[in-house]
Amino acid sequence: MLNSKIPAGNLEKKWEDYKGHCKLVNPANKRKLEVIVVGTGLAGASAAASLGELGYKVKAFCFQDSPRRAHSIAAQGGINAAKNYQNDGDSVFRLFYDTIKGGDYRAREANVHRLAEVSVNIIDQCVAQGVPFAREYGGLLSNRSFGGTQVQRTFYAAGQTGQQLLIGAYQALERQVALGNVKMYSRHEMHEVVKIDGKARGIIARDLVSGNLEKHFGHAVLLCTGGYGNVFYLSTNAMGSNVTAAWKAHRQGALFSNPCFTQIHPTCIPVSGDHQSKLTLMSESLRNDGRIWVPKNLNETRKAVDIPEEERDYYLERRYPAFGNLVPRDVASRAAKERCDAGYGVGTSKQAVYLDYAAAILRYGNIEVGKQGLENVSQEAVIAMGKEVVKEKYGNLFDMYAKITGEDPYEVPMRIYPAVHYTMGGLWVDYELQTTVPGLYALGEANFSEHGANRLGASALMQGLADGYFVIPYTIGNYLADEIYSTGLDTNHAAFEEAEKAVLGRIEKLMSIKGTQTVESFHKRLGKIIWDKCGMARSADGLKQAIAEVQALKKEFWSDLRIPGEINEMNPELDKANRVADFIELGELMCVDALSRNESCGGHFREEYQTEDGEALRDDENFMYVASWEFKGEHNWELHKEELKYEVIKPSQRNYK
Amino acid sequence: MEHYNMNLNLKVWRQKNKNTKGTFKLYRVENISSEMSFLEMFDVLNEQLIKDGESPVAFDHDCREGICGSCSMYINGKPHGPWQANTTCQLHMRAFKDGDTIVVEPWRADAFPVIKDLMVDRSAFDRIIQAGGYVSVNTGNAVDGNTLPIEKQKADDAFAAAMCIGCGACVAACKNSSAMLFLSAKVSHLALLPQGAPERTTRVQNMVAQMDKEGFGSCTNTGACEATCPKEISITNIARLNSEYIAASFAD
Repeated sequence: MLNSKIPAGNLEKKWEDYKGHCKLVNPANKRKLEVIVVGTGLAGASAAASLGELGYKVKAFCFQDSPRRAHSIAAQGGINAAKNYQNDGDSVFRLFYDTIKGGDYRAREANVHRLAEVSVNIIDQCVAQGVPFAREYGGLLSNRSFGGTQVQRTFYAAGQTGQQLLIGAYQALERQVALGNVKMYSRHEMHEVVKIDGKARGIIARDLVSGNLEKHFGHAVLLCTGGYGNVFYLSTNAMGSNVTAAWKAHRQGALFSNPCFTQIHPTCIPVSGDHQSKLTLMSESLRNDGRIWVPKNLNETRKAVDIPEEERDYYLERRYPAFGNLVPRDVASRAAKERCDAGYGVGTSKQAVYLDYAAAILRYGNIEVGKQGLENVSQEAVIAMGKEVVKEKYGNLFDMYAKITGEDPYEVPMRIYPAVHYTMGGLWVDYELQTTVPGLYALGEANFSEHGANRLGASALMQGLADGYFVIPYTIGNYLADEIYSTGLDTNHAAFEEAEKAVLGRIEKLMSIKGTQTVESFHKRLGKIIWDKCGMARSADGLKQAIAEVQALKKEFWSDLRIPGEINEMNPELDKANRVADFIELGELMCVDALSRNESCGGHFREEYQTEDGEALRDDENFMYVASWEFKGEHNWELHKEELKYEVIKPSQRNYK
Repeated sequence: MEHYNMNLNLKVWRQKNKNTKGTFKLYRVENISSEMSFLEMFDVLNEQLIKDGESPVAFDHDCREGICGSCSMYINGKPHGPWQANTTCQLHMRAFKDGDTIVVEPWRADAFPVIKDLMVDRSAFDRIIQAGGYVSVNTGNAVDGNTLPIEKQKADDAFAAAMCIGCGACVAACKNSSAMLFLSAKVSHLALLPQGAPERTTRVQNMVAQMDKEGFGSCTNTGACEATCPKEISITNIARLNSEYIAASFAD
């Protein structure tokens, strides 16, 4: 059933061959073809802008008040590209290899190689748009390191790389809006994919200000709607990030792949209390210079600064000497959990470890002393100079930490703990980014394709922009070339009427429950089930319990939910209810997927399957496939497997020691 | 850091939609932890309102990390509240003490009509960007990124201007509801870089014209915008905007 449409030929020639042979649409015909883009993050904004430039008639949708606010904006650390500007041995092949290995050999070779190839074009494009990347004194672009690699290939703009890249894409999008090639619909949420004769032909969207439903036609529909991390309630995702668009597509026949592959990011600010509404990431770039440790003594009561060096356990450096603090995220998160579970955690909750900058401040201070040729400098002066350097590199992150915790990270080590950050799973797509519904595409985090079971840092921005700027403009033409014959279709078709009626029916049903419990309380309970039983460590027993609990929660949700207000007005509680209803269904599927994958790989850690020293134990013989789930009805899915074939890389036990 | 709980009185602007008149309403919230963010305190209020059968307060918010620019509350007479260089979502309750009364309003500006309660329509900012806030370079046209070295100082200055999150606090803080800080940040970002040079003249003219059309007021250099900006965008950008604008009018 699943045809990934990977072009034949040598790995490094596949994309070039594809581009040389895919169908084209002539400019006059492009003007007649309409494309709907849902979501305006890096993938959506770059796709909408690029397709607008090509001459297609584009409609773009976002639930935020402006496309500039999509959650890509919050990405901090950077974007990878195989430029090898540092002359440190980087290459397209090495970026490809690191990404496959980082993903624990659960991604497609051909897709990942293409990603590595176009990574270099992304940097060029963004520079041309005026994205203010960090630069060296010679005026050239600066790089830093990220986890899971031994080269410096990460481009960045202080701790706001996502913001700067998104604003670049947003400006390109607004330019197309001004030129009339893109029509923008802000404060709109997609509620349904409309299919005619099996092909995606448009969407039903809800204007969040008036509450009215709208029908929109498109010859193709692109879902660029991000990940589903908010299923956990607490995550680093924005409050509005949701799975609704992808879930509607799934219910309409699009397969959902590897939903249990979720990324728990090791360096986030720990939970402080029950009131917590979201978690805040401390960029992975901080692991460049910071050292992670816990006390060697159980029940340590001294302050961090009073614990002498020899009584500190730098457990990442101890366990993984080759990569040290820069091991991939899944490895770092599990190691933190292991120490905290063993009772060595710090802070009032004991669910945190230290991220310490004292050594880096001293090191940078001494470098400054050397640079400036100073002598007899006091320790205090060295530290002061070091703090200045750290401030320039990470100032905004340190400020954020201080605001949230009330502690000064220049003086005391930060306390961090893993938190849900990214979801590798998503809608199944083929090499052309098309889902199993013809004409329906998924780009960026919304699809499953490039990161396997674990994403490396600074690769999400790369994938979002690769898909939008450099992949979809080619692959969509291959589909739309045949759509020039599909004339006379529009929103008057009965399929639109039916879809709109179904959407309205569901909204009315939600409003009519008139129970006693708020959406928020249901969402919190869902999050706790999934975090406890389908989070950093999973077991067959726990997952079976979780499935039963989620099913019960769904019943309760649909019988005791209270939504205030009306349908036809701005009603944020109704918006949330629509999203949480979908998260509940997805939560069940995540557990089903995790239960069926009897191995550990990347972010999916089944307690039953680990090596003697607690590393993930893969089972390539039985599980080297993409688990793709077909929706069959309430609590019912059918598994389809796409075998992963490694022709160039030999999968091995991942080793960062 | 000492944690404490507090009881607070809230005076919140309620307005059903843009066509109706709004009014202040008084609420009381109890046992608010000093560790909560300001928006989490509003979450508590809203849960309470829903339980009491009242309509919750609508407000814009999304990332809750101070970067998306959605949140927009005017707190005790200041956009984003009492802390310097801060957004509402990053304001934490340790800024307040037990028994305080806190007044919360939406942004007030003709160009930002109220949608509901504390939520306003800031699409005028998008239209200002549409008027020229970009470099006209189609995908695929770029040369290698390092063929264009940019002086570090200029790159840093461009970045400092590009940090604007488009929240609109500058407009809300200004007695004239001027959008000059927002506009100047974008003009400066692009004027400082060689990539922005070819469209330098038309960009500034078109963007200023759009700003005027949207109904923002004029700048009288009071500096309230700079003082309130969560990203500390400097008012020197307005000086740069003015010189760009004058230069552009001579170029015509």
